Amino acid sequence: MITLERLGKRYGDATVVDDVSMVVEPRTITTIVGTSGSGKSTVLRMINRLVEPTSGRVLIDGHDTAAEPAHLLRRRIGYAIQGLGLFPHRTVAENIATVPRLLGWDERQVRMRVDELLAVFQLDPGEYAAKLPHELSGGQQQRVGVARALAARPNLLLMDEPFGALDPIIRSKAQDDLLDVQRRFGTTIILVTHDMDEAFRLGDRVAVMSQGRLLQHDCPEALITRPADPFVSQLIGSADKSLRLLSLTTAGEAVEPGSAEGPTVPAAASLRDVLAELVWNGASSANVAGPDGTVIGHLRLASILARGRQAS
Amino acid sequence: MQRIDRLGVLLNLAGGLALAFLPLVVFKANRIVPGEPRALLDVLPSWMAIVFYGVLAAAAVVALRVANPRTRLIAALIGMVVVVVCVAAAASVLTPEDNRVVRVAPGAAFWVVMIALGLLATDALTRLRPGPLLRVLALVAFLATVLAALGTGFFDDLSIMREYAVNATRFAREARQHLALALGSLAAAAIVALPLGVICHRAPRLQAAVLGTLNVVQTIPSIALFGILMAPLAALAAALPALAALGVSGIGTAPAVIALFLYSLLPIVANTVVGLARVDAAAVDAAHGMGLTDWQTLRQVELPLALPTILTGIRIVLVQNIGLVTIAALIGGGGFGAFVFQGIGQTAIDLVLLGAIPTVVLAFSAAVVLDALTDQIRRVPQ
Repeated sequence: MITLERLGKRYGDATVVDDVSMVVEPRTITTIVGTSGSGKSTVLRMINRLVEPTSGRVLIDGHDTAAEPAHLLRRRIGYAIQGLGLFPHRTVAENIATVPRLLGWDERQVRMRVDELLAVFQLDPGEYAAKLPHELSGGQQQRVGVARALAARPNLLLMDEPFGALDPIIRSKAQDDLLDVQRRFGTTIILVTHDMDEAFRLGDRVAVMSQGRLLQHDCPEALITRPADPFVSQLIGSADKSLRLLSLTTAGEAVEPGSAEGPTVPAAASLRDVLAELVWNGASSANVAGPDGTVIGHLRLASILARGRQAS
Repeated sequence: MQRIDRLGVLLNLAGGLALAFLPLVVFKANRIVPGEPRALLDVLPSWMAIVFYGVLAAAAVVALRVANPRTRLIAALIGMVVVVVCVAAAASVLTPEDNRVVRVAPGAAFWVVMIALGLLATDALTRLRPGPLLRVLALVAFLATVLAALGTGFFDDLSIMREYAVNATRFAREARQHLALALGSLAAAAIVALPLGVICHRAPRLQAAVLGTLNVVQTIPSIALFGILMAPLAALAAALPALAALGVSGIGTAPAVIALFLYSLLPIVANTVVGLARVDAAAVDAAHGMGLTDWQTLRQVELPLALPTILTGIRIVLVQNIGLVTIAALIGGGGFGAFVFQGIGQTAIDLVLLGAIPTVVLAFSAAVVLDALTDQIRRVPQ
């Protein structure tokens, strides 16, 4: 569990982060979203003490992070940033091995871990381990960046706009990969982004920041249905908030018993996608198929619309 | 038909005009009187003269019409060998047996043709884009060939080799002194300038002051700086006998090393600062964020990435120092410059060349080796 207690950062007269308190549950993804200059990156960088707070403190599992030397603290926390910061003069394997080597792992362990991570990120170790970063595509470099951050099996991973440099299609794939990896390793992730869609898609909880203050820290549904501040609803966008809400629920979660005339949709599809399918086919209900393809029930247009109305 | 090569036209023009109007070989009754030109045809057996003009004509055609750099390089190299051999042969013919006074020197046309062929070879080499290792090997092969050729005694009748024969023991000593001054001041400067560059990178305020000061030092003419250092060093040596015992005095090695050291600082500090500033900020941030200490970040990330730029600075300094050491001879610093200034004093051009040519070869070799090293280290294309 990560606890931020009344965290503040001032540079001279300018307050960059103002009295931010937040609790992050283990094995969850928290996204911090805000406009540029909102202080979101500073909050992230105060967690691994790349920025020292002027007030307040950060506790990880109850231990004050200020109690140990910053560089030792950082070796226990994964860190991935926009532009990746891969070391251009070191091979993919050397890049990934950075923190394990700092921690003094023996070379056999390091090599095994590098190969394991490359495999997890769908990079064939035989082909990619010895390559230099500039020989990889943007998407591959991004995966190496995340693999490097996870190399020493940190419980906590901090990410600052990690997908900022990717084009939309690769970006979407990278987000899926991150969700898979998070489920697989159970890592607690705190991710900073300015992209509301990304924040909603990845975050179990979303923290909205503006002008150094934390406006709301809650689950995505609550941000849509109960925005704590006009800025939060403005950031979410009023036009498509019902669709946003629908996108948070899957067909499997909303399925009702019975069967329908209309198209068949997979249980993993979001209600937003089901709605789009119904509009496209001119149907008023759809069958919902489980992972094995058998119909487990159906969804009616009216009940989807009812779920979308909660937002108003 | 291929189009006419523009560089080839220029080189042909220069070489042709030089051969038509300037002497290839100059005969001097002794080492200081002005020489009288001798025509190659009058001196050499006719078959040799035919080979000479035939090969040069062939090289001229290649320079004009052939685009293949390999052919151009070979033509230039053969041309240079033939020119050197013919001039040396002319010297042997012109020098009476056991005459130690007569001097036969290569004339102006020789130098112009050699420069033209050298440019042709350099241009071809540049187009061939050889790798770093190959370039160093080519340099070693070139130097070994030259030394072996000189060792045969075939060139001993050329005026510059006459001067060498007289000064052989001193030549070795001045060569060592030249290298010691150039490399010693470079090493001392690197030890000071690298940390200074790192500090300047970290403290931008200091950077302006340090680079400004070093810029001023760089603008002091070398002769003036040698002169300026004489007085304080002489005073220092007089006041502290211990220093004098170490060899510090107003003239000689001490002011030479200090002046070269001062000139060496700016290129290394400036290139270190630029090199470090060019390192991807995200890589440095990631290094800190992953728990590398400041020192580890500097050593493992910043310096390796800045190294090609830093080496470029060291290359500038080394080439610059090899040239500047020549001036240090004025204040008794020794080195090849001693021959140059002695030659100027005696109006003995051959002695000047005995100092100047090795200096040029040294500077050229240093540039080739350090460029190759920089390329080798630059694993990441910029």
